[in-house]
Amino acid sequence: MKALRLTSQTLPSWVAVVLFVAMFAGGSLVYPGFFSGQVFLNLLIDNAFVLVVAIGMTFVILSGGIDLSVGSVVALTTMVLAWGVERAHWPPLLLIPLLVAGGALFGAAMGFVIQVFRIPAFIVTLAGMFLARGLCYLISIDSIAITEPLLTELSQARIPVGPLGEVSPGVVAAALVLVAAVWLAHGTAFGRAVYAIGGNERSALLMGLPVARTRIAVYAVSGFCASVGGVLFGIYTLSGYGLHAQGLELDAIAGAVIGGALLTGGVGYVMGTLTGVLMLGVIQTLIMFDGSLSSWWTRIVIGALLGLFCVLQRSLELAHRFRRVPAQAHTRATA
Amino acid sequence: MKLASESVARVAGSMTRSAQFWPAVVLVLLLGINGVLNPNFFVLSWREGHLYGALVDILNRAAPLMAVALGMTVVIATRGIDISVGAVVAISAAVAAALIGGSLKIVDGQQTYVTLTSMPIALVAALGAAALCGLFNGVLVGGVGIQPIIATLILMVAGRGIAQLITGGQIITIYYRPYFFIGGGYLLGLPFSLWLVSALLAIMAWLKHRTALGLFIQASGGNPAAARLSGINARGLLLAVYSFCGFTAGLAGLMISSNVKSADGNNAGLLLELDAILAVTLGGTSLLGGRFSLRGSVLGALIIQTLTTSIYSLGVPPEINLVVKAVVVFAVCLVQSPEARAWLLRRGTAA
Repeated sequence: MKALRLTSQTLPSWVAVVLFVAMFAGGSLVYPGFFSGQVFLNLLIDNAFVLVVAIGMTFVILSGGIDLSVGSVVALTTMVLAWGVERAHWPPLLLIPLLVAGGALFGAAMGFVIQVFRIPAFIVTLAGMFLARGLCYLISIDSIAITEPLLTELSQARIPVGPLGEVSPGVVAAALVLVAAVWLAHGTAFGRAVYAIGGNERSALLMGLPVARTRIAVYAVSGFCASVGGVLFGIYTLSGYGLHAQGLELDAIAGAVIGGALLTGGVGYVMGTLTGVLMLGVIQTLIMFDGSLSSWWTRIVIGALLGLFCVLQRSLELAHRFRRVPAQAHTRATA
Repeated sequence: MKLASESVARVAGSMTRSAQFWPAVVLVLLLGINGVLNPNFFVLSWREGHLYGALVDILNRAAPLMAVALGMTVVIATRGIDISVGAVVAISAAVAAALIGGSLKIVDGQQTYVTLTSMPIALVAALGAAALCGLFNGVLVGGVGIQPIIATLILMVAGRGIAQLITGGQIITIYYRPYFFIGGGYLLGLPFSLWLVSALLAIMAWLKHRTALGLFIQASGGNPAAARLSGINARGLLLAVYSFCGFTAGLAGLMISSNVKSADGNNAGLLLELDAILAVTLGGTSLLGGRFSLRGSVLGALIIQTLTTSIYSLGVPPEINLVVKAVVVFAVCLVQSPEARAWLLRRGTAA
């Protein structure tokens, strides 16, 4: 397991793990009732959709891009889901696969524009963000509550996990996405191509890697994850609303970066993103448990953490440049 | 005579090739559509001692966006980006509102407006806080060497929290009449905010064209290595540029909070960073840095505001605003992308 070894590339991911454990332990010492399996599982239940969205974002960041549309795609998905089952009375089991396919297609379309027309990812996904949010309001300005029996059932169902407690079906779905994403990133040709493009697009091209196809696929993966996240969020909140998931793209980016993904691309781990998202969750839980701290401290702490990890990444990068380890090029390609 | 005709052709050629040609066409088209659909669109009248009309309204509403877009332009020219401006707008508005606050007191049966701190101090503090935010970004980008989008993401995430910290999580209403002049007052018949933006544009244009600063910025954005070798102090330049961008965001924060007479840490300047970046891109400044156009960014801000205003005034449901914006952004980006033009031409000839 090369990925588990402590190198300057894995260090930020390990720091995140240590920090998460420290925060959880600190919370357990300070607040009674914090140290329990269920509090940990609640982190997963409340952040399952964030995790799925952040996993998609991780692929985009690994390829050296960015996807600002994910929050809006989540909102649009909840909206279409709610409208579909409540107003049009479509069976949810038919609608959900369609929604997920639609999300992937939306992402692929953005990837196509980014790749073929050479317009910065930032601008294209920004347009995608406006488009998806706008489409929400075209469907309905108000929130639509979901009362469909199957989805309500899914929202309330709890699956016991040993002595720890219980999780929602959403967590199971997120775990499946996580396992698939780890395999996709580290066990397939596609994953290696994503790392290669993020590391150096020109050399990836010269190596004969399918750069165009891979980049379009990366945005399709992100769109897919965003719409899966949207379905999870719709079921979690049992509603569809155009204002849902505002700023989720920031949480997803923060989760990936705190988990060790380098924003210039080429370096990072899907498992790191899990740590990053859990970290965001534990900050929220700590502030909730404290009770005296206002909710806006969450954003300040997340911002400070983000800054800390950026400085850490940067200083490691600089330290690396001065030492010039010859094996570095090798680890980067196989990481 | 030959010289004259040649120069005319050259001017015409450089006009269509100019990065501002297409944005200008879009703006004229937008105004034209408005003029056709709403006969009163171009009518200007004189009411209550100032000009009144849809055009004045658009200019007034576009002023904060223009200010932010101008600051963003120089940041983008250095190959950077500042996505924290929306949060900085909120911080500046929060500082100003918290310091001025103001309350309506009845003294001897007369309504008087009382400030907590005198207005000049509050204004300086708000602008200073905003410039400090910019300096923080500049240190991260220029000093530590973090990529601009992530460096400014930090303040974008934390900034709204800080703004809410200042306002105590509430919307602070301002009860101090003189403050309303900044974003809602009129000087010589025109909105005061427009004068502020014009002054900003004039100073920046002077710095760009009459001093070496413009050249330095374009050089460091166009080719950072060459700029460093030719002795440009890139670090100092980045600190200055990001601080300036923070300052313009602070100015916009004052205009916005003064116009709506309150400061909302959560929603002031929401998505303004995106509009500002759009304005800069629409105006023909490349996100890859290098050459930049101040006029273009002002043009871009006007396009965005005209679009928003026309959607409202034409009775189109405002929900469509975002969709239309997406389509326009997409279209302008496509027109500006050489690859897209080549691709479309190829398709055209193949068909």
